[in-house]
Amino acid sequence: MLQIPCPHCGARNQEEFTYERTPDSVVRISDAPDAAMTTLYARANPRGEEQEIWVHLCGQWLQLTRDRLTHAIRDVVPL
Amino acid sequence: MTRAERGRIAFSFDGQTMQGAAGDTLAAALIANGVSLVARSFKLHRRRGIMGSGVEEPSALVTVGSGAHVEPNVRATDVFLYPGLVATSQNAWPSLALDIGAVNSLAAALIPAGFYYKTFFGPPSRWMLYERFIRRAAGLGRPPVLPDPDRYGHRSAFCDCLVVGGGPAGLRAAWDAVQAGQRVILVELDARAGGSLLAETVTIDGMPGAEWAAAMVERIRAGGGRVLLRTTAIAHWDDNFVQAVERRREPGEPGEGDAQVLWKLRAGRVVFASGGIERPLVFVNNDLPGVMLARAARELVLRHGVVPGQRAVIATSHDHAYRTAFALADAGVEVVAILDTRADPAGPVVAAARARFAVHADARVLRAVARGGRVGAVEALIGGTRMRLSADLLAMSGGETPVLHLHRQAGGALDYDAARGAFAPGAARQAHETHGAAAGIHALAAILPGATIADPLGTVTPPVAGPVWRGEVPGKAFVDFQNDVTTDDLALAQREGYVSVEHTKRYTTLGMATDQGKTGAMVALAQIADLRGLPLPEAGLTTFRPPYTPVTMGAFAGPARGEHAGPIRRLPLAAAHDAHHALWVPAGAWMRPRAYLQPGESLGAASLREARMVRASVGVVDVSSLAKFEIAGPDALKVVETVCATPVAKLAVGRGRYTLMLREDGMVMDDGTLWRLAEDRWLITSSTGGAARMARHLSYAMDILLSHPRAAVIEVSEHWAGLAVAGPRAVAVLAELTGEPVPAHMGLIDAVIAGVPVRLLAASYSGERAFEVHVAADAAAAVFAALVAAAQGAGGGLYGLDAMDHLRVEKGHVVIGAEADGRTTPADLGLGGMLRKAGGYIGWQGLTRPALANPAGRRQLVGLTATTGQPIPEGAMLVGQPGDDPAGHVTTSAPRVAGEGQIALGLLADGAGRHGETLLAWSPTRKQTVPVMVGAPLFYDAEGARYRD
Repeated sequence: MLQIPCPHCGARNQEEFTYERTPDSVVRISDAPDAAMTTLYARANPRGEEQEIWVHLCGQWLQLTRDRLTHAIRDVVPL
Repeated sequence: MTRAERGRIAFSFDGQTMQGAAGDTLAAALIANGVSLVARSFKLHRRRGIMGSGVEEPSALVTVGSGAHVEPNVRATDVFLYPGLVATSQNAWPSLALDIGAVNSLAAALIPAGFYYKTFFGPPSRWMLYERFIRRAAGLGRPPVLPDPDRYGHRSAFCDCLVVGGGPAGLRAAWDAVQAGQRVILVELDARAGGSLLAETVTIDGMPGAEWAAAMVERIRAGGGRVLLRTTAIAHWDDNFVQAVERRREPGEPGEGDAQVLWKLRAGRVVFASGGIERPLVFVNNDLPGVMLARAARELVLRHGVVPGQRAVIATSHDHAYRTAFALADAGVEVVAILDTRADPAGPVVAAARARFAVHADARVLRAVARGGRVGAVEALIGGTRMRLSADLLAMSGGETPVLHLHRQAGGALDYDAARGAFAPGAARQAHETHGAAAGIHALAAILPGATIADPLGTVTPPVAGPVWRGEVPGKAFVDFQNDVTTDDLALAQREGYVSVEHTKRYTTLGMATDQGKTGAMVALAQIADLRGLPLPEAGLTTFRPPYTPVTMGAFAGPARGEHAGPIRRLPLAAAHDAHHALWVPAGAWMRPRAYLQPGESLGAASLREARMVRASVGVVDVSSLAKFEIAGPDALKVVETVCATPVAKLAVGRGRYTLMLREDGMVMDDGTLWRLAEDRWLITSSTGGAARMARHLSYAMDILLSHPRAAVIEVSEHWAGLAVAGPRAVAVLAELTGEPVPAHMGLIDAVIAGVPVRLLAASYSGERAFEVHVAADAAAAVFAALVAAAQGAGGGLYGLDAMDHLRVEKGHVVIGAEADGRTTPADLGLGGMLRKAGGYIGWQGLTRPALANPAGRRQLVGLTATTGQPIPEGAMLVGQPGDDPAGHVTTSAPRVAGEGQIALGLLADGAGRHGETLLAWSPTRKQTVPVMVGAPLFYDAEGARYRD
């Protein structure tokens, strides 16, 4: 059960957040179809740090820099 | 307090009533009553007694409690007596003493580890015969079949310092933290604090160890710390989140309030002071009743005042077990010999022992010999000579394994200490540290600096591991007592190629029983390393997984069970529906009226009557649970166009339309209606079940895709109650109630009914002229009453979900979750023409993929008519002949409302081109085969005449 720092509410339990996706998996309306499908389905799976988009139940979207091996959260940015 | 001074408690075991003393574990009480046979082992049905003293006990499993309170696989060493405790033995028939299952032991050579992978070949029917006998031949306890009547609580707590373990190291760490002004929580799984002190004769600051521990608990509490006894830390998760289970009552014990509490603890730092678990020695028949771990034997004498035998042999690889000799002798037991595996044991403890007992160096037990169902003699190799010693108690110790489970769960590393043959806690990954015996520190002077410690026996040297067993004599030498795994099984696994420790574990089931191999895991690992010719740390270690001890499911469920398993959402007009005798049905989290049964009416008759009433005159249905969102602002159009896949911009103010919302892969995610309330203000309605999903979808579009446009989205699902008024008389009813002309089909107006402001949205789901009336939820009752009265006056009345479903099936309207099941595109549902050609909506790219863009082979929405008038089973496969691969399936079935007969909607491969075909709706699980004719998904008013006034 991670403790995730919500930019709006402070450190809260993981169960209050929902994981969305990594920022490089966000499909933009303006993306061409082939690029959009590659973005959606071909995911990087880094053994180490990555950026992650989460949303808190307060409605705040946030982007974490989190290590997938140690689970350590290095950075949080409000979106 | 001596045993004689403690209160008496009556309990029963296998039907026999006995007496124990207050503070006894069931194990201590059984031994006090002369019971040495307590269980039969899992596979081989060998006689088992009590081997350990706490949660590590592998053999003495009993069932405690009766009726609905029964709990199987309770360790007799981990349940404390209460008046009326009922315990029964397990896995033995007809009795513990005369167990037929013992034949398994005679056939042991045929049933080594993994035997079931190599036997029982043949047709499946033969296996079903074998299985009935195999199921009964081996096992532990029987699971309860009645619902758990106990209540369980969940509590959260936060602290600066969480201490796991209430022995000397844990108590000291907690006290130091309290004095430093930290918020402290200490958890101890025993009923008392003290840990190893409860089996020692040391005094600390002038008090016996157990008393000192109790005094420390009081000081910690007085200093503001929280001490939870009978509380086991079961798991360590991220960021020092630790779960602990507090037993407020013993298994089967009646009482009020929560039987157990699951604590969810978040700590700034965690101190593991979890101690060590003694290891058995490996020799033949090391599982006999009367063969015990040395510390367990000592604890029986010193803590419980119970003597586990009359003639004792102590077999050990290190100093600690010598203490057991002294404790037993002081209690009147004849100590026949101390057998030390070391070649040259020395030091003050050994010297003191030599003065009193026969101490043999270079001495190994080869076999325990049974007599009368328990150990009667010990065969040993002493300095190269075989000797036989008569004894009814064999106290063994093959070293100690530090308890590092939670340190490992926390991501901590392990360092191997070859001298002790044990792992020590290495680098910590989170903010945690290990103290005391768990860190390999046993000297009280080191654990309690500054305290005055008096130890009558002098300091002991650290425990070292016992020798590896190499089959010096034939017979069963156990490494996992609960799963009946012997050294022969380990050798078999190696021979058969299951070389890695992960494979050996799963092939032999080593460490996979309810005790997770607490006593034997390191012993087995040493055997495996020896077989492979590797140093022990290279042989590998399996993963430590939570929970540390078995936890009853109720503790995890906590208060969320039965009616409270999830939230129940009641409509704002629930009381009004009750007054009309609604039959309620759960629709997701909502309770909605399914129908309003008249006296003597069946549900099917009621829903058909209601649906026909709507087509004939007028009906009122509660649609309050639908999701509703208002979007406003200069960029509101942009938000709507992003989420809705239909044309939007040209929708005039005061007008609405049906719309679709797609997923990024092009599949239909939700559907609903879209209304333009003002130039920059929109209302979206969408499905009840998808409300939370749509809210998040809109939030994602706003904040992530559009990066905070100049618009706001407000969910108004619960703000507005909704009542749909449908039927040919709907216009008349509403015109009279509002006193003004109703909006044209797909228009909207604001009006007043019964003095309450309402909004009328002219949309239809039923196929009749219809209006959704939106009214503030807390003012809805008056509007509801007025609508129902007016409808009844016009020959109509209330209708429920079932009738609504029958009506929409006739019109071919899709339902999210039934026809739109996440695998259908708009084109599949016949709605492709509705899409916005300019694109620019979520999902437009996914739809261009060739497999979706090309309709050939896609399952498409069709209508089905039962040619014999039988109801068409929902979910049935659409086939030419029973047994064919399905070409589609039935999504929703209904009786015809306008006319007689049975119809359905379905999804059929290339369905749009197969109108007129006859297929079978085949459901082998329900044994139904219904002939159906394929046609258009529209059975009523194809021209839409009913919508025109």
